[in-house]
Amino acid sequence: MIFGIPLQAFLGQLLIGLINGSFYALLSLGLAIIFGLLRVINFAHGAQYMLGAFFAWMLLSYFGIGYWPALIVAPLAVGLVGAVIERTMLRRLYTLDPLYGLLFTFGLALTIEGTFRYLYGASGQPYATPAALAGGTNLGFMFLPVYRGWVIAFSLVVCIGTWLVIEKTKLGSYLRAATENPILVQSFGINVPFLLTLTYALGAALAALAGVLAAPIYQVSPLMGSNIIIVVFAVVVVGGMGSIMGAIITGYLLGVAEGLTKVFYPEASNIVIFVIMAIVLLIRPAGLFGRDV
Amino acid sequence: MTLTLDIDKPREKKPVVAQTIFLAAGLALLVLAPLFFYPVFLMKLLCFALFACAFNLLLGYTGLLSFGHAAFFGGAAYFTAHAVKEWGLPPELGILVGVAGAAFLGAIIGFLAIRRQGIYFAMITLALAQMFYFFCLQAEFTKGEDGIQSVPRGHLFGFIDLSQSANMYYFVLGVFIIGVAIIWRIIHSPFGMILKSIRENETRAVSLGYSVRNYKLAAFVMSAALTGLAGGVKALVFQFATLTDVSWQMSGEVILMTLLGGIGTLIGPLFGAGLVVTLQNYLATSEFPVTIITGLVFMVCVLLFRRGIVGEFYNSRLGRKLGFEHRH
Repeated sequence: MIFGIPLQAFLGQLLIGLINGSFYALLSLGLAIIFGLLRVINFAHGAQYMLGAFFAWMLLSYFGIGYWPALIVAPLAVGLVGAVIERTMLRRLYTLDPLYGLLFTFGLALTIEGTFRYLYGASGQPYATPAALAGGTNLGFMFLPVYRGWVIAFSLVVCIGTWLVIEKTKLGSYLRAATENPILVQSFGINVPFLLTLTYALGAALAALAGVLAAPIYQVSPLMGSNIIIVVFAVVVVGGMGSIMGAIITGYLLGVAEGLTKVFYPEASNIVIFVIMAIVLLIRPAGLFGRDV
Repeated sequence: MTLTLDIDKPREKKPVVAQTIFLAAGLALLVLAPLFFYPVFLMKLLCFALFACAFNLLLGYTGLLSFGHAAFFGGAAYFTAHAVKEWGLPPELGILVGVAGAAFLGAIIGFLAIRRQGIYFAMITLALAQMFYFFCLQAEFTKGEDGIQSVPRGHLFGFIDLSQSANMYYFVLGVFIIGVAIIWRIIHSPFGMILKSIRENETRAVSLGYSVRNYKLAAFVMSAALTGLAGGVKALVFQFATLTDVSWQMSGEVILMTLLGGIGTLIGPLFGAGLVVTLQNYLATSEFPVTIITGLVFMVCVLLFRRGIVGEFYNSRLGRKLGFEHRH
C-alpha cells in the first residue's frame, strides 16, 4: 500500500504512465528536431504517427507482412512521404513567418486524417501483438505484459540513440551547426537544403515508429494522432524545444505524472499535463530545459 | 463597415465615395437577404463572420495566432444557453453572460499565453483550450456529450418574440453590425495603432515605452469577448450548445475563415466565413468529409494565396484604384 492505494494499482498506472511517456518522448523528440532546424512546428506529427500505425496495419492485413518488418518499413515509408512533402511544399515556407508552417502542416494533418477517416471510418482496427512479445511475466510485485516492457525499453533505446546521433556523430554536428547558422554552414560546402529534407523525413519517421509501437496497444484509428498531438504540444511547451534531451526527459516525466494522477484523482488525469504546463509558464516561461526563443 | 485599412496617407475624395457605395450595398444586401436565402443559414453565416472578425482582431491586427478561440466561442454558447434555459434570463442578458464568461476565460488563457511568443503562443492557446474542452466534457452544467438542448430564444427586451425567424434574423444582424462596428472602432483608435505597431515590430514597441504585455492581454480579452458575443448568439440561433463548438476543429475553422478571407482586413473574415459555411452546408448532405476539403484549402491558401480573397482584391489594380490599401 502506498498512500492508501494498493501497490498493484499504483504500479499498474505507473506502467501505463511510462508507456504514454514513451510515446510523448518519441513524438516531442521528433518535433524538437524538426523545429530546431526548420523552424516549423510540425502539426502533421500526429497524422504521421497515425500513418505509421496504419501502414503497419495495412502491411499485415493486405500483404501479410508482420510486425517486425513493419517496424522498419512503415517509418521508412512515412519518412519518404515526409521528404516529398518537404521538397515540394514545405520548403517554400521557410522564408515566411513560422506561423505559416504551423498552418500548412495543420492543413496537411486535416487532409491526411480526413482521408483515412473517409476510407476506414472513425472506429479503430485491432492490431495483434506479435507472437514473440505476447503474454506477460510475473515480476513478483506486479504482472508485466511483455509487449509493454518492450515498448518502454525500445523507445528508450531509440530516444538515446537519436540523441547520440545528434550529439556525437559527424552528421549530428552538421545538423547542430545548421541549426545555429545555416548560411555559414552552407558556405562551407554542406548541402543544407538536403539536410533540411533529411531532418523532416527523420522527424516524420520517428513519429511513424511511435505509431507502429502504439498499434498493438491502442487501436489503429484515424483519430489517434490528433488526440495525442495536442498533449505533445503541451509537453513541448513544458520542456522547451531548445534541447533534445530535455524533450525526451519531459516526455517521460509528464507521462508518469499523468499515470500517477490516474491513481490519485482520475477525473483530472486528462488535464493534468495542461495544468503542469500552466504552472511551468507561470514559474519558468521558457520551459524546463528551454532557451528563450 | 468601411473597407479602408492601414491608412498611412490621407484619403482622396473619390475612393471614399466608392467605399461608401460598397458599404451601403453590403448593408442593403444583408437587410434583404432573408428574402432569398434560408434565414438559419444566414444567421449561422453572420455568427461565424463575427467570430472570424473577432479572431482577426488578434491575428490580423496584433499578430497573435490563437489556436484556442473555440474555447471562447463554445464557452460563451454554453454560458448563454445555461443562463437562458436554467436561470430564465432574457436573451439580451443571456448573451451578456456569455460575453462576460468568454472575457473571463480570455483573461485567464491570455494571461498564460502571452508569456511566450510566436509558435509557442499558438501551442499554449491550443493546449489550454483543449483543457477547457475536457472541462466541458466532464462538467455538470454542460450535460456532457448531449450538450444543452432546446434552449428557448425568449423575448428580446420583453416584447420582441425571437422564435419568429424574421425577428431573430434582424436581431442577429443588429448584433453583427454592432460587433463589427466595435472592432472597426478598436482598430482605428490610438489603441489599435499600438496593436499594429506590436504586430509590425514588438521589440520596437517595447523600446518606445509601451507595456506590450498589457496591450496584448487587452487585445486578447477584447477578441475573446467579441468571440463570446458570436458564440452566445449562435446558441440562441440553433437553440443548443454542444462540445463541437469548443473542440480544436472549431479553432481551426475560424483560422481558415480568416486566412481565406484575408488576414488583417476588416471584411475579409466575413467572406471567408461565408465561403466556409456555404461549403459545409453544401457538403453536409454528401458523404464526402469536409475535413479533407478544409485541409486542402488550408494548404493551398498558405502556399499560394496568403493575402486571402479580400487581401488579393485590395492588392489588385482595381482595388488600389478604388483606394483600398493593404499591406501584409
